[in-house]
Amino acid sequence: MYCLGVPIPILQMVLQHKDWHAFALVQSRLDEEGRRIFAFGAGLFVPALPTEENWLSAATVPHKKISKTRWRPLPPGSLQTAETFATGSWDNEENYVSMWSIGDFGNLDSDGGFEGDHQLLCSIKHHGDVMDLQFLDQERIVAASSTGCVTIFLHHPNNQTLSASQQWTAAHYHTGPGSPSCSNAPCTGVVCNNPEIVTVGEDGRINLFRADHKEAVRTIDNADSSTLHAVTFLRTPEILTVNSIGQLKIWDFRQQRNEPTQILSLTGDRVPLHCVDRHPNQQHVVATGGQDGMLSIWDVRQGTMPVSLLKAHEAEMWEVHFHPSNPDHLFTCSEDGSLWHWDASTDGPEKSSLFHQGGRNSTFLSHTISNQANVHQSLISSWLSTDPAKDRIEITSLLPNRTLSVNSLDVLGPCLVCGTDAEAIYVTRQLFS
Amino acid sequence: MEEFDGEPTVTWIPGVNSQKKQMCFDWGPGEMLVCETSFNKKEKSEMVAGCPFIHIIRKDIDVYSKILRKLFNESHGIFVGLQRIEEELTGKSRKAQLVRVSKNYRSVIRACMEEMHQFAVADKDSAIGRQFSSQVSILSAMELIWNLCEILFIEVAPAGPLLLYLLDWVRLHVCEVDSLSADVLGSENPSKHESFWNLPGNTQTLTELELRWQHWHEECERHLQDGTFASNPHLESLCKVLLGDDAALLEHKELLSNWYHFLVTRLLYSQPTVKPMDLHLYAQSSLDLFLGGESSPEPLDNILMAAFEFDIHQVIKECSIALSNWWFVAHLTDLLDHCKLLQSHNLYFGSNMREFLLLEYASGLFAHHSLWQLGVDYCDHCPELGRVSLELHIERIPLTTEQKALKVLRVCEQRQMTEQVRSICKVLAMKAVRNNRLGSALSWSIRAKDAAFATLVSDRFLRDYCERGCFSDLDLIDNLGPAMMLSDRLTFLGKYREFHRLYGEKCFVDAASLLLSLMTSQIAPRSFWMTLLTDALPLLEQKQVIFSAEQTYELLRCLEDLTSGRPLCGEPDAQQLQDDDIETTKVEILRLALARNLARSVIKEGSLEGS
Repeated sequence: MYCLGVPIPILQMVLQHKDWHAFALVQSRLDEEGRRIFAFGAGLFVPALPTEENWLSAATVPHKKISKTRWRPLPPGSLQTAETFATGSWDNEENYVSMWSIGDFGNLDSDGGFEGDHQLLCSIKHHGDVMDLQFLDQERIVAASSTGCVTIFLHHPNNQTLSASQQWTAAHYHTGPGSPSCSNAPCTGVVCNNPEIVTVGEDGRINLFRADHKEAVRTIDNADSSTLHAVTFLRTPEILTVNSIGQLKIWDFRQQRNEPTQILSLTGDRVPLHCVDRHPNQQHVVATGGQDGMLSIWDVRQGTMPVSLLKAHEAEMWEVHFHPSNPDHLFTCSEDGSLWHWDASTDGPEKSSLFHQGGRNSTFLSHTISNQANVHQSLISSWLSTDPAKDRIEITSLLPNRTLSVNSLDVLGPCLVCGTDAEAIYVTRQLFS
Repeated sequence: MEEFDGEPTVTWIPGVNSQKKQMCFDWGPGEMLVCETSFNKKEKSEMVAGCPFIHIIRKDIDVYSKILRKLFNESHGIFVGLQRIEEELTGKSRKAQLVRVSKNYRSVIRACMEEMHQFAVADKDSAIGRQFSSQVSILSAMELIWNLCEILFIEVAPAGPLLLYLLDWVRLHVCEVDSLSADVLGSENPSKHESFWNLPGNTQTLTELELRWQHWHEECERHLQDGTFASNPHLESLCKVLLGDDAALLEHKELLSNWYHFLVTRLLYSQPTVKPMDLHLYAQSSLDLFLGGESSPEPLDNILMAAFEFDIHQVIKECSIALSNWWFVAHLTDLLDHCKLLQSHNLYFGSNMREFLLLEYASGLFAHHSLWQLGVDYCDHCPELGRVSLELHIERIPLTTEQKALKVLRVCEQRQMTEQVRSICKVLAMKAVRNNRLGSALSWSIRAKDAAFATLVSDRFLRDYCERGCFSDLDLIDNLGPAMMLSDRLTFLGKYREFHRLYGEKCFVDAASLLLSLMTSQIAPRSFWMTLLTDALPLLEQKQVIFSAEQTYELLRCLEDLTSGRPLCGEPDAQQLQDDDIETTKVEILRLALARNLARSVIKEGSLEGS
């Protein structure tokens, strides 16, 4: 563990491997006797393969490496749990954006009942690698391409199809020396706040689009001299970007100047930052993940350095997400093939003992309620507080055996979905059990 | 050299008439380039329109099958797990683990087969559908061979249980080929035998079993000779079958789908306690009897026969020739190697068979646009040539985005492949320069610790500064930190920018001494001195004295060094004359400013000392 800055938070971290059964895979396959066997636990494994019911659409969607996974947002006030997610693929001759449904976990029958429960709803060919994917609203999803193109896909739930509804070709591009011709630059990140869409790219450019406008509303050329890796909204007209020399920049679209309003940076080593997420309730608390697998927590109100640096993965951290409704929980995934759950809510033994009693559902409920109460009571975020006696981050590794990179993850309610270079998608619906 | 194991297969290149034209080729990793040449010895080549294409010839075509990607991905996980099996484990637990690994491999083959079958059925009338069904039969044969190898080499079943395993083996594979024979098996291996096998259980020894079976067998024979069933030919025939009579069994040849089905049936009724070492005798005679000289054995028959003969190397050799992929032999050989069955065998090429086959398979993966990540782990587990092979392959992966490049770099950095890291970073830096992304280019050359390239990029920055009068990419240059020491030019760039920052912050004294030290320490390139001296002008013209007398002398010396070292040109053209004119004026102004500053500083220093 490394700490920078004057107040040194001493965080006790417990790295434990979650019991295999707590996140078991559901696989159906023929055994050597020719029988169909199922292995399942609390989680659900969705192998990236077509199922019987939809082999026709699957025929055009072969196996591929998953670059992004995103839950479709739920309608406001909905009591449902997440059931539809989108994936994007990369590094194939043909890449796709696909929609999947995990269906109802409740009605599985004893014999092959799982087949219909994780299914590919539809797919559409995507030109170039899918570099980022974000839902604009429930029907529209924005894809960033390695060709520099930004596309809005429309999902028609009635006939389960995807279509491109709007496209900004060459949103990101390079201008070669001395020649007027330009070549495309990969668009590396996108963030949406309907109707606004902000994109960043390897060309160091920031674009602000509106879903109903053909042209970019605002473009900041040469916003960054190095590659911009990710972007997120801080407060509505303000955005945060991270780049490949370890800087975090805040931009305000209200200002006409094409300069960042604030630059925060890791000292010394200029370790590239790959991902960024903002605390859902406390907008000054920001988490970033770096090339060395380090998790940094920043307070953008004060200082230009991170509040704490936590040694995490052994290789690039590709994504970091605060839990949207339970922000004491944080999730990270990495090139080293691991997926971690960081829990900053466990601040006393009496509380954790409460969670381990009772049935799974009631446990989850009590957990949620107590955490929300916690958020309301304390104004100081558990990610920033520096009391060594009180604070303790518990880390759980969620995937049992690591192989290839976990490129993306998304959390919504009790559900988590992640995608890997081993061409598999993992889904769990009982994160807090 | 060993001799060829068979006629090499001929691949026809479409569009090239090999009778009339010549072809040239070049090797690549896992691939070959072939094109037509117009090389002609006798006369000038007649310009007959030839084949205008360059063809890429791939060896391992199955790597490109979209459905088999599941096989490659999942077996990769099993392979990595197998390499981690602890060496200390001995005896039963180790064997149990190896058998489990083998079953996992087979389970993946079956899963692919099932998926492929669905595609084949759904598309059965088209050419693609037919292609799928032929793939299904190849996968099915692969699983059949693997299963037999598992029973004979990994499980090493002793006499007695051996037949049980073989029964399961035939039942599993015959069932899926033909549902009719499944019924036949179900009825022809009647419940009698189920209870027969239940009888011995674990309490009986093999000899006891043999004795009791012998007894039952004699009883059957007696019934037959007594003509107990003579009235009913069906019953009589059934009795003959129970006695394992070859002729009686062969009468129902149509119910036995193939010779190994016949073999196991025969063994069941005549030799239930067959010893592993005797298997090949029965296998050979079953094959001969079943084919009856009508047809010759096919590759699959040869492979199975080699397995029954316990000739592992022959099995692997025949499979390598017969199958269109390296997946099967590579994984099977690796597993058998972990069973310590292959140690004695060395090849006259490569290092040993396991490594050779794994690396062949890995090169196929590297040639694939998407599966290259899997190949890395295979190379890692080849101690002799794996590293070299990985080094050669990894540099050739096309880097489309920085994200992909980072993944490749991570592979290299984890293995301390510094040479490859340098070369990849250099490629990226070059690309960035071409795209006018100097900041990115500098970042990449810093990561590669490539001093020469950092100098080149720094020069570009300085040139841009001279042209535009302002710096670009300040966010990077201001945050160079220790990386600044990579090359002199980069140090100069960083320091020169620092001078501008100090000047901007009105720290004139610090700025002045920094400026002077850039020239006196020789960090600044000569070509840039005039710019630096010009930068000194506003400092010389400030109200208060900034450069001390000593510093002014130094500046003067720099100016004289620069002007005296200027070479004389022969015939200057108009442009040069004009340039020289400007230069001369600059020098004049500088000299004047320096002289004035010297005067002021001498007075100031003198008056200070005087007071």
